[in-house]
Amino acid sequence: MDFGLNEVQKMVQSSAKEFLARECPKSYVRAMEKDEKGFTTELWQKIADVGWLRLPFPEKYGGDGQDFVTLCALLEEVAKACLPGPYLSTVGLCGIPILEFGSEGLKQEHLPKIASGQRIMSLALTEPNGRYDAAGVEMRATQAGAGFDLNGTKILVPYANSADYFVVAARTGAGRDPGVGVTWLVVPAKARGITMTPLRSIAWDRQYEVVFKNVYVGPEGLLGGVGQGGKIVDRVLLLGATASSALILGGIQAALDITVEYLKNRIAFGRPIGSFQALQHHCANMARDVEGARHITYSAAWRIAEGLTAEREVVLAKAFVSAASQRITVLSHQSHGAIGFTTEYDLQLYTRRNKAYEVTFGDVDYCAEKVAELALR
Amino acid sequence: MDFRFAPEEEAFRKEVEGFLRKELPSDWEEREGLVDFEEPEGAAFARDFRRRLARQGWLTMAWPKEYGGQAASPMRQLVFREVGSYWGAPGADNSVNQVGPIIIMHGTEEQKKHWLTGISEARWVWAQGYSEPGHGSDLASLETRAVEDGDDFVINGSKIWNGAHGNADMMFLLARTNTEVRKHRGISFFLLDMKTQGITVTKVPMMWGKSRALVTFDDVRLPKANIVGEKDMGWYVGAALLDFERSGVERYGRQKRLVDMLVKYGRETRYDGGTVLDRPGIKRELVDCYIETEALRWVCYNIASLQSQGQVPNKEASICKIFGPELLQRTYRLGLRMLGPLAQLEPGSKWAPLRGRIENGYLDNFGRTVGGGTSEVNRNVIAMRGLGLPRG
Repeated sequence: MDFGLNEVQKMVQSSAKEFLARECPKSYVRAMEKDEKGFTTELWQKIADVGWLRLPFPEKYGGDGQDFVTLCALLEEVAKACLPGPYLSTVGLCGIPILEFGSEGLKQEHLPKIASGQRIMSLALTEPNGRYDAAGVEMRATQAGAGFDLNGTKILVPYANSADYFVVAARTGAGRDPGVGVTWLVVPAKARGITMTPLRSIAWDRQYEVVFKNVYVGPEGLLGGVGQGGKIVDRVLLLGATASSALILGGIQAALDITVEYLKNRIAFGRPIGSFQALQHHCANMARDVEGARHITYSAAWRIAEGLTAEREVVLAKAFVSAASQRITVLSHQSHGAIGFTTEYDLQLYTRRNKAYEVTFGDVDYCAEKVAELALR
Repeated sequence: MDFRFAPEEEAFRKEVEGFLRKELPSDWEEREGLVDFEEPEGAAFARDFRRRLARQGWLTMAWPKEYGGQAASPMRQLVFREVGSYWGAPGADNSVNQVGPIIIMHGTEEQKKHWLTGISEARWVWAQGYSEPGHGSDLASLETRAVEDGDDFVINGSKIWNGAHGNADMMFLLARTNTEVRKHRGISFFLLDMKTQGITVTKVPMMWGKSRALVTFDDVRLPKANIVGEKDMGWYVGAALLDFERSGVERYGRQKRLVDMLVKYGRETRYDGGTVLDRPGIKRELVDCYIETEALRWVCYNIASLQSQGQVPNKEASICKIFGPELLQRTYRLGLRMLGPLAQLEPGSKWAPLRGRIENGYLDNFGRTVGGGTSEVNRNVIAMRGLGLPRG
């Protein structure tokens, strides 16, 4: 048993830390929260140059062939830095499913361009019904010649305004199992019939409603088999929940670190307030939750990386980490007093992002129910 | 990164499970968690069982070979302790966890030869002489005196909350040998034969039906050969525990057993046309306890994993000390909720569900967040030593 990162993973993590300290200061983060695009092309290209965009893909598609643990180690740092932009969406939630389920043609078309920074992809899964599972896929895809016509509405589509392609879950049929009849399509963002409306969301990142009205997608856009996309939904949720856990892990670690630093330096009643036991115990409780979150997150990421079944571990992790995040958010703010929720202070950056990650790809109640299904029946 | 046990560790788990199945009484399932290891019958059983573990070489497996150990890896040790605690079997006691390591670190050659050999054979039952009636968490303020007189020390005072009433042969204790210096600097560490004249053991009955002991010393003579480490330096002898791979995995083992017990009960027990799990709020709290238990598992395993790599997991160990016991108490409270009005029935009572084990464990486990450093003290340690917050 070994819970540590290997040498390559440690190097990826430490060089990410350096890179982000240099390229993604909080001034940039704050500027991008107000920016219409939400990130800069310049930094996206730098991210490509340091290899993050090619990280999980095999060499034949221009990638580095690193495993999912390495990606999660990187995401921890991404979260600590509050890096804006469609990194996880492009690489993890669109790129990896294309790699795993796409035809050779689809992979050749997209993966090298993702890896080199020339292609931004956005996951279009969630719909206004707010469900996390395949049953939530209501958007219609009807056969039109060799291709499909798409009609429906997707929401919480990240950075849709910058996307070159959407990876869309649609319904071509129905069965007793809601996974039956789901079909995934890779759709050019410029396709006729697509309209986008920005949504205002807690993380102040760019989220969109994307409406598809008679959008034609050719057969080359098909990801996986027609009507067989249920397993892709499951896979995207699995990857997304684990990636979100890693992001939360980075976020709660940062919230704890900021709080400890603040309590060491803030003087009240004639001494650093970090010497008061009430606040020390808040920090101890946060440290307990961070410690618990770390290992349970990597236990899930590791199983994915090893190609083992991970359904149970992933929902365990997401449920624990999301609950831990809620507790840590409360305690870190309470420890700070009013300064913690001013926009000039960094803590609120994590408060808002962590909440977004908590409710993405399975919130604590959804995941707890999944655990119940797996463990209590 | 690898979240699996090695094949030889898995094989060892099977071996330990096989041993327990064979060596524990056939009705163990009925008695687990309710045997009083301090009352004569339970004490005799525990002593005998520890000797059988010792003959397997398992009791002190993590000790160095020259002191009766096997220099076993932290992970192998973890497997043994996890399985043993899951089954609720007697296992490593305070002599293995505390006295032995202290003697390894501070004992003379003669002391090592005598005591370590004996401990590795489970020759004695030990009582811990730390807390006193007026001194618990602030242990360094202890008042029991040891005064030099010829070849002996003469002890006067008292010790409480220990298991001396359970046929204890020996007590390891801290006593004040110097009143002229700061409180931490005037304490010595002793090994005391419980048959010595002047010792009185009184039971202190507890609300869960078992007892702890109050031990009083009235001019008890203790040979100077039985002081461990330097005189007046006992605080540092007793406090600086050489942790031989103690991951605290017992906290996971007993927690896991309780959760498994409640899952089985909840799903098999009919209630209002469904099962107990369908009662409002029950399933969700059980799932939460289950999820927390899984997180606790990795926290414990990580400690052993760090130790395998030669690291000293301080903050992690303190986190484990608050994580496990608080979760255990929460889970017992849930257990009582699952039993409805039957929750109040005690062991031995007609109609008591789960042998009254939940009611008894609920009462018995308040001490887990008190003994061996309260949760508050452990939080102070995490905050100050782990996170670097300033002393109050």
